[in-house]
Amino acid sequence: MSDVPGTAKPAVAHGMRLQWEPAQEAHVLLYPEGMVRLNSSAGAILSRCDGVRTLTDIVTDLERTYSLTGLTGDVTAFVALALEKHWLELRE
Amino acid sequence: MSGTPVGHGLAAPNAALGMSQAARSAGAPGPPLWLLLELTYRCPLHCVFCYNQTDFANTGPELGTEDWIRVLRQARALGAVQLGLSGGEPLARDDLEPIVAQAHALGYYINLITSGIGMTEARIGSLKAAGLDHIQLSFQDSTRELNDFLSSTRTFELKSKVAGLIRQYDYPMVLNVVLHRLNIDHVGEILEMAEAMGAQYVELANTQYYGWAWLNREHLLPSRAQLERAEATTQRFRERVAGRMQIYFVVPDYFETRPKACMSGLGSVFLGIAPDGTALPCHAARMLPGLQLPNVRDSDIRTIWYDSPAFNRFRGEAWMKEPCRSCPERTKDFGGCRCQAYLLTGDADNADPVCDLSPHHHKVTEAVARAEQAAAAAPGGAREQALVFRDHRISIAVVPGDPARRP
Repeated sequence: MSDVPGTAKPAVAHGMRLQWEPAQEAHVLLYPEGMVRLNSSAGAILSRCDGVRTLTDIVTDLERTYSLTGLTGDVTAFVALALEKHWLELRE
Repeated sequence: MSGTPVGHGLAAPNAALGMSQAARSAGAPGPPLWLLLELTYRCPLHCVFCYNQTDFANTGPELGTEDWIRVLRQARALGAVQLGLSGGEPLARDDLEPIVAQAHALGYYINLITSGIGMTEARIGSLKAAGLDHIQLSFQDSTRELNDFLSSTRTFELKSKVAGLIRQYDYPMVLNVVLHRLNIDHVGEILEMAEAMGAQYVELANTQYYGWAWLNREHLLPSRAQLERAEATTQRFRERVAGRMQIYFVVPDYFETRPKACMSGLGSVFLGIAPDGTALPCHAARMLPGLQLPNVRDSDIRTIWYDSPAFNRFRGEAWMKEPCRSCPERTKDFGGCRCQAYLLTGDADNADPVCDLSPHHHKVTEAVARAEQAAAAAPGGAREQALVFRDHRISIAVVPGDPARRP
C-alpha cells in the first residue's frame, strides 16, 4: 500500500481536472461524465500534486501549513490510493 | 466515469457519481450539478432506439447562441459543473465552438455527446482550442451493415475516422454503444472493435424504452439468454484487457426486480434544457401529464430549479403512493423512473413497475416474455417492416403529448 517513495512526483492524472467548487465548498475531481467530491484532507493533498513537488515536499508543506507533524504515513497512503484509482499519476 | 452514460441511448448521469448523497441530504435541494443542453433536435441519423420525444418536430424554435450562454452563466452561478452537450446531433449547431468557449471560461467540465457526424479535423481542433474536455462517440454496432441499418444511414467509416481524430487530439477515447436484440449478440465483436480503436472506456448501454425506443420496444428488447451471453462475453473480455480498458455494462432495467434510482430522484442533480428552452428534470419528462415545464426564455435558472412547481413535483416523498410510500428502499431508488411508471401504468406517481413489489410488475415481465417468444421465432428477422426510424416527417405526424401510442 505505502510503497510510494518520497522522491515520487505525483500529478493529477491526464484527463482529470481538479478544481475548487464554491457551491459545494469542496475540491472536486472532474473526468468524463463524472465527479468525485473530495473531503478537505484529500483536497489539500491533491491540490499540491503538481508533478513538480516530490511526495516529501508535499508532506513538509502540509505539516507546515497545518502545524502538524508525522503526516508521512497518512499522506503516502492516500497518494497510493489515489494512484490506484487513477486520480493521480507519477511524473519523471 | 463510474456510472451511466448520458449517451444517445439515454441512461443518465444517474448519480453521476458520488453526487447523489451530498445532493439529497435533508432540507433544501442541492445545486443542479449536472447540466445537459440538448442543443438541437436536428440529427443526420435516424436511430430506432433514440430517446428523444417522438413529437420533437412539433416543438418550438431552437434557442439562439445568447440564450444558451445565458443558461450556462446562470446554472454555473448555482453550482452546475458537469456539462453535457447533446441533441440531436450537437455538431449540427454551427455555434458549438463559441458555446464551448464560454462554458470553458465559466469553469465547466464539458462533455460532447456525439454520433461524430459533422466532425472534421478543423472542427475538433477548434473545439480543443475552445476548451472541450471530452468527447463521447456513439456507435451502433461493430459491423458496417448493422451500424448503417440501425441508424438508417451510411456512417460507419466516417465514425471510424472520427475515432482516429479523437485519439489524435489527445482526448480520452470513450465509446458508447446502445445494445438491443438486434446487436447484443455481437458484443464480442463490438468490444474487439473498441479495442482496435484504442478505446479506454466503453459503455455498453442497453436501450431504455422512451421516445423512439418505446415505439420499437417489441423489436428491441433482448431475451434473457441473449443478455446473459452478452454479460458473460463482456466479463471474459474485461479480464483480458484489465488495466487498459474500462467497460461498463448497463443492464436493461426490464430484467431487474428493483428500479433504477432514476436521476438520483427528479430535481436532485440533473437539469436538462431542450432545444426550444424547455427545462427538464429528466430527459423524457415532457411526456409526464400535468407537469408545467418552465422555459428558460421566461424564467431564470434559479427560479426554475428552486421554485418552479415542475422541479418540486417529485422532490421528497410526499408524492409517493404505496408500495413506495412505506417501503424502506424508497430512500435508495426514489420509486424508480417516473416516465416508466407513466408509460406502463398510466400514472406517474405509481412505483416504477420494474419493481417486483409493484402491482403492475407483470407488464414488464409480459414484455420480456414476448421478447423471448419473438427472439425464438424469428431471430433478427422481419425487422425492416416493423421498426420505426427516428424521422422528422414521422415526428410531425405524432400527436403532441401522445407519446404512448405504442406498444
